[in-house]
Amino acid sequence: VNATQKTAQKKAHKITLRAAGANPDRLSAVRDCGDRGEPVRNHDEYDIDRIRREFPILEHPMRGKPLVYLDNSATSLKPACVIQAEMGYYTEYSANIHRGVYEFSEIATARYDEARERLARFINTPDANQVVFTRGATESINMVVWGWAAKHLKAGDEVLITEVEHHANLVPWQALAERTGVVLRFIPVTEHGTFALLDPESDSESVSASSSAPDLDADLGALFTDRTRLVAVTAMSNVTGYLPDLSRIITAAHSRDIPVLLDGAQYVSHHPVDVTALNCDFLVFSGHKMCGPTGTGVLYGKMKYLEEMDPFLYGGDMISRVRKESSTFKPAPDKFEAGTPNIAGVIGLGKAVEYLESIGMDAIADHEQHLIEYLRSEMEKVPGVVLYGPRNPHQRGGILSFNYADVHSHDVGSLLDQEGVAVRTGFHCAQPLMRKFGVPGTVRASVYLYNTLEEMDALVRSLDTVRKVFGV
Amino acid sequence: MSLEDDLYKEIILENYRSTRNKGPLDHPDMHAEGANPSCGDDLELFLSLDGNTITAARYDGVGCSICCASTNMLCEALKGRTLTQAREILTSFKEMLLNQGEPDFDDDISDLEVMQGVRNYPVRIKCALLAWNTLEEMLESKGV
Repeated sequence: VNATQKTAQKKAHKITLRAAGANPDRLSAVRDCGDRGEPVRNHDEYDIDRIRREFPILEHPMRGKPLVYLDNSATSLKPACVIQAEMGYYTEYSANIHRGVYEFSEIATARYDEARERLARFINTPDANQVVFTRGATESINMVVWGWAAKHLKAGDEVLITEVEHHANLVPWQALAERTGVVLRFIPVTEHGTFALLDPESDSESVSASSSAPDLDADLGALFTDRTRLVAVTAMSNVTGYLPDLSRIITAAHSRDIPVLLDGAQYVSHHPVDVTALNCDFLVFSGHKMCGPTGTGVLYGKMKYLEEMDPFLYGGDMISRVRKESSTFKPAPDKFEAGTPNIAGVIGLGKAVEYLESIGMDAIADHEQHLIEYLRSEMEKVPGVVLYGPRNPHQRGGILSFNYADVHSHDVGSLLDQEGVAVRTGFHCAQPLMRKFGVPGTVRASVYLYNTLEEMDALVRSLDTVRKVFGV
Repeated sequence: MSLEDDLYKEIILENYRSTRNKGPLDHPDMHAEGANPSCGDDLELFLSLDGNTITAARYDGVGCSICCASTNMLCEALKGRTLTQAREILTSFKEMLLNQGEPDFDDDISDLEVMQGVRNYPVRIKCALLAWNTLEEMLESKGV
């Protein structure tokens, strides 16, 4: 009877996996993705075929064509090891954390805490307590807005942001301004979407990323006033891939004792990050853009600021002592993680980071650079294509925004979709920047570790359909 | 099902390219704005009235081909009709796109039926409906 039951259970297990559209044998085969040995050191070692095999969704056609997924800035695809890790929690040791005295709760708690340690190493902070798990970058920013800024900033105080920000790093500050009288100031951008004061020569192709002029601090100084209390800036534009000179911004702000929040939603998934070297005060990012599950994200904050910051949510698992009238709270990070967190998601995110590290963030960044520069050069050859963003290749990450003649980006997107090519179209949650470019939207292709040169060709080829339909 | 058959029919592209009804009316009797915030479609609708009869209908703004074509067709369809008739056309049009309704438009505006193809592309329905939703708000503000 037992043997029959076990077979039935196994069968049910496999059926569940099939229903989810996955290949169970494949999932178990790559379950341990830490067996690569040393991370990739040069481009020849980059095993793109193996990487693509690790993403089950790449087997699934879209509109009957092989999937060409170029919407990685919106969310990334997930490798089998991450899906398996998340499922493993539910199938093997599902229990709440920090509570139970039984074995599964111990395992779940250990895995959850390990994920925090891993994330801390990933961004290079020596203190894992500075890593707070959230639902994503948006929630992380809101925690700083309502837990820190709302508490410490007064009417007339200023927050310096920029014209390229994603709405997630704009709208919460507007809400704060409305409620408290805090004033928003903006770092202006050029027609290429770069910071005008920071990169005055960014129009020139020859400017290198490390160039610096002696009077630049004076230029930057014009951005700050004696009421500036915080700088909140993107580490990489979600529209153009622009990579601002973060150290320069942070150094300039710190010389005036102003803390800096970096919106790393686009940056952290694609580049090696070292918060200790960067010396930023807050860093926010989303797990789902870096091969992790949806509903996961991180708020990194220096302990000094996390200590000053109030919780955003109150409830269980974040308190140290509760009386009828009042309670005291645990220190960070627990103070910020009220209620049962996304345990499976966080464990999946830990696995995602392990996976990315096994390939190497430098190798991934190089791969993307290679792809996007190739795409850019191919697109430049297509008459009618207009490209947006920095002209200096050192200032660009793996994103290319473009328009095709006067065809609306939605029409281009719909026609690319017919060819199996997934891109984002429209505003990209960055309306102020779109206004700067003077367009109602752009088509955005964004690449990741599993994309190929052939896929770049497929995108360029797909423009033929647009040409046919709209007579460009 | 292909995009050229459903979404980018010649008649839709013609309406998209047409400038016949584009540009504001100087002294409109009715005016409203509409936008699809996620995609950047942004338009204004202008109507002139003689009593209850629409004597002129124009639009201005930016949008994708589906949005502009649908708006141009709306302007064509409204001219010479009463506000009550406009409401009836509006109801049938929305019914056609949202509830698989079988359209039965008058012969002179039967072109509107080509927009049925948009039903196969759910994310584009809001493009086709923007002008009509804007018209609806306009009529409701007048109690039609």
